[in-house]
Amino acid sequence: MEFFKKYPKTFQWLFLLIIFFALCFAIDVPETYKFIRGQAEFVKDPNQSSYVFLGKEVRYYAFDVFWRLPPLLGWLPIWINDSLFFLMNEWMPIEVWNEDTQEFKSRPIILQISRNLTAFMTFLIELIREILLGGLETIVAFTSWDWIDKNPWAELPGLPWTIVAAGAALLSYKLSGKGLALFAGLTMVYISVFGQWKPSMQTLSFILVAAPLSFIFGLGLGIAAFKSKRVEKALYPILLVMQTMPQYAVLVPALVLFGVGDHAAVIITMVVAIPPMILLTLLGLRAVPPEVIEAGRMSGCNNFQLMFKVLIPTARRDILIGVNQVIMVCFSMAVISAFIGAKGLGFNLLLALNQLNIGLALEAGLCISLIAILLDKMSLAWANKQTDYFGNLTFYQRNKNLLFFAATAIIGIILAYVGTFLFKDTFNYLFEVPHNKGISTADFWNKGVDWIFDTFFIYIKAFNTWLIQDVLQPMRALYLRMPAVATIVLIVGAGYLIGGLRSALVVCALTLFIAFSPWWDRALVTAYMATFGVVVSCIIGFTVGTLCFQNKHSANFMLSVCDIFQTFPSFVYLIPVMMLFGITDTSVLIAVIVYATIPATRYTIEGLRSVPTGLHDAATMSGVNKFQRLTKIEFPLAFPHMMLGINQTIVFALFMVIIGAFIGTEDLGQYILKALSDKKGAGIGLTLGICVAFIALIFDNLIRAYVQKRKKHLGID
Amino acid sequence: MSEPVIKCQNVYKIFGANAKKMLQEANGNVDAKTFQENGCIVGVNNASFEVSKGEMLVVMGLSGSGKSTLLRCISRLTDATGGKIFIEGQDLLKLNNKELINLRRNKMGMVFQSFALLPHKTVVENIAFPLQIKGIKIEESISKAMDMVKLVGLNGRENYFPRELSGGQQQRVGIARSLAVEPDIWFLDEPFSALDPLIRKEMQDEFLRLQDKLQKTIMFITHDFDEALKLADRIAIMKDGIIEQLDTPANIVLNPATEYVRKFTEEVPREKVLLIEDVMDSSTNNLSELKVSKDEIIENVAEKILTQEKSVAVIDSNNKIVGSINPTKIINTVFGGRKNNN
Repeated sequence: MEFFKKYPKTFQWLFLLIIFFALCFAIDVPETYKFIRGQAEFVKDPNQSSYVFLGKEVRYYAFDVFWRLPPLLGWLPIWINDSLFFLMNEWMPIEVWNEDTQEFKSRPIILQISRNLTAFMTFLIELIREILLGGLETIVAFTSWDWIDKNPWAELPGLPWTIVAAGAALLSYKLSGKGLALFAGLTMVYISVFGQWKPSMQTLSFILVAAPLSFIFGLGLGIAAFKSKRVEKALYPILLVMQTMPQYAVLVPALVLFGVGDHAAVIITMVVAIPPMILLTLLGLRAVPPEVIEAGRMSGCNNFQLMFKVLIPTARRDILIGVNQVIMVCFSMAVISAFIGAKGLGFNLLLALNQLNIGLALEAGLCISLIAILLDKMSLAWANKQTDYFGNLTFYQRNKNLLFFAATAIIGIILAYVGTFLFKDTFNYLFEVPHNKGISTADFWNKGVDWIFDTFFIYIKAFNTWLIQDVLQPMRALYLRMPAVATIVLIVGAGYLIGGLRSALVVCALTLFIAFSPWWDRALVTAYMATFGVVVSCIIGFTVGTLCFQNKHSANFMLSVCDIFQTFPSFVYLIPVMMLFGITDTSVLIAVIVYATIPATRYTIEGLRSVPTGLHDAATMSGVNKFQRLTKIEFPLAFPHMMLGINQTIVFALFMVIIGAFIGTEDLGQYILKALSDKKGAGIGLTLGICVAFIALIFDNLIRAYVQKRKKHLGID
Repeated sequence: MSEPVIKCQNVYKIFGANAKKMLQEANGNVDAKTFQENGCIVGVNNASFEVSKGEMLVVMGLSGSGKSTLLRCISRLTDATGGKIFIEGQDLLKLNNKELINLRRNKMGMVFQSFALLPHKTVVENIAFPLQIKGIKIEESISKAMDMVKLVGLNGRENYFPRELSGGQQQRVGIARSLAVEPDIWFLDEPFSALDPLIRKEMQDEFLRLQDKLQKTIMFITHDFDEALKLADRIAIMKDGIIEQLDTPANIVLNPATEYVRKFTEEVPREKVLLIEDVMDSSTNNLSELKVSKDEIIENVAEKILTQEKSVAVIDSNNKIVGSINPTKIINTVFGGRKNNN
């Protein structure tokens, strides 16, 4: 009893757990219950119950409400779907002049807007794509096909790869220096020599359209949110959900609204890339010292001058970090939107994975990763670059890089021209190396994979079987065995104990949304996979982080490794695991663990580093040894920051679990993937995405509440 | 006497949601405690004063005393909750945005504690910034800014970025920027507080040199009483938003109005603050040969006076004898006088 008086929290937690387990034991599994595979929910079955809401019929297997809540929100996906359909096909028709048939045609306004928007996007993408690769579409857009037929010379020639490579190297040199320039040059040469030029440039053109547009809109909305509290309040929940929504899920409504192809992918990429830009703009503007703003005011700035001459230049670094984020998100989306038909490296990767051609997938994945690292480093270098003074430079000094580029461009054109004579009978390799004419190492890798399989098959299989049978299956069964009421009590109770009433209410609302959706079972499976991944990731991350922290160089090395791994688009992680473990749950989980270990490691090192050096010295002077210092001083102080790492780990793990559906899992992701190929999938995809986002937000809320309390307690920030 | 450049009448600044309403209900009788209980924080409480042309008013107070808030009310970086502020006769609180911007572009300059330079602009660009904002052409503004660079002694560093300068140099840029538009009114918000003591002294001397040359109307904020004594024509001492005393340095030292002010004056070396004029007697009988000016600081002439046995004649700028001072009076002022005043 003394113990409980001393630690009332322990008592409360114990009490919560007792209730939880009591509920688990008190509520039996209904005899009719079985985990539903496939889309049985939508197959008519006389055992099903049903209800009608808003004219939508929802069919479901009814259980004891304590065991599983009825899907009271089952109408939501259907309703979203029907509403979208209504908006696109019936709402507010307007008369549109049709150029081809020379007559007016009635079209719903949203459809018309969507068509105009997609046409505009297509034009932009084609423009940049044809500058890089050559083509006709852009000229056609300004003239007509007839005109092209009459003027066969009219074609954008495209840039020889040598010029693009030199341009990338020069830009890197200007931004950062020789090292990055060398890396940029080698990357471009690699891409070209290995015959990935065309898809790479397609992907690049996609990013060159999506990133600047996302930047402009993100900056604009960020400024609006900075200026008006009301706008900020309206944007905040959307930003929160968008940050935790799996990228897959946004693809589905995009299909309905904008169709299939690059244009739809660009628009949906913007939707995903704008939120981080808004957040970083807001962060940067908020961080401008108030005295600088006052200095601007006192200099007589009006609001416009204050924003563009004082605030934004002062917040330059944060805003450019936002650009970096935008580019990374765009890249990641460029790969994933291959699912809705975007061309480029992602498409090749998806194709190769579908054919289980690991070698080809590896090549495409390597290209994606190299370009991602390059763009990441370039944009970071831009952000960290200090402005230089140009006033007293000569014309040559000022435009050195431009002149160099002009020179290399001329050389490149001459080379390409010479190439036409050199490679008369084959392709002009000095202009572009075609996709199938480059060096390919695919066979080598495929043989390697075969060899690994032949040699280690028994061990891999044994490990696989052990993991699935002895760890994963029981864990999954345990998760599914939880009555819904017990789970809700546990989560809400935890919310109350950690963050008080407010937290409990928020968490309760989020949980109930999932519980009332038709996918509670799936959510449990998602949660179990994510839990497994997070636990293992955190153990690895904390251990590796702590070990690396002991030495400054290894810590720095580890952080840069984390940086590089984080730039890889998440989809790329699936390649090596499929190579080793084939198509199993193990593959997905290992990809999850690898991916989610990054933030765990990073935040551990950063957290330990944030412990003030004064404390270190004080501890050393009181005679603690290294281990004592770690356990008594560094861990307790670094813990809040490490918890934020766990938060990130959870988001990363969930993302990967959902993407893992591509390999084949039975979680929410599987349905999202299904929704992609379902005509009526938009509502389902969106609702599923929200469910996943809510799972992440539940943990986010709990962890943030804990960290805030803990930080206050420790007196940090 | 001509119109005061700055004139404040019963200025209040209260932070909080119902500040306006509560102020009205309080009927000019604002008590910080009752306001705080209702969620309002009193920044400035019933401030009334005038600053005339060419005068330097130093507002002195510890952190949280409301001195910076008062300055921001007068520069209208924040809107006063109640009262009236006149700048050269114009009602500041009635100006619309355009008029306010105009006023700032032409009449006001401000220097900040943290320098508040724009990190992306060079020294000369920072100084030219207010001019360019006004719409002056680039070349013209740069050439004018170069004059300012020379004025504050930063020649040769005009193309440096703020990050490449020391604190003292950065504040020189801040000063030059605030003077670029040749304002009549000069606000300085703890301009030297972020500097090292040695640099601070150097900057104070520099500042006095500039003011000697430019004769601006100045409101200078500081938390350093010695700095206030050194620079001020008049000092306003603030506590909890209330101006406790507003007077010349000598009067504040000699006759502190409240217990709070007295605490500040206790440790002040009087011989460094007081002038002969402040302690002289009016009698002009039985004087020694030595004559001292009434505007001398005691410290500078004390040694000379103490060598005399009789009282010393005090003269004004026209060499006319206006009073006398006895050596014992000097001794009393420097060593004993403090007690008598208590």
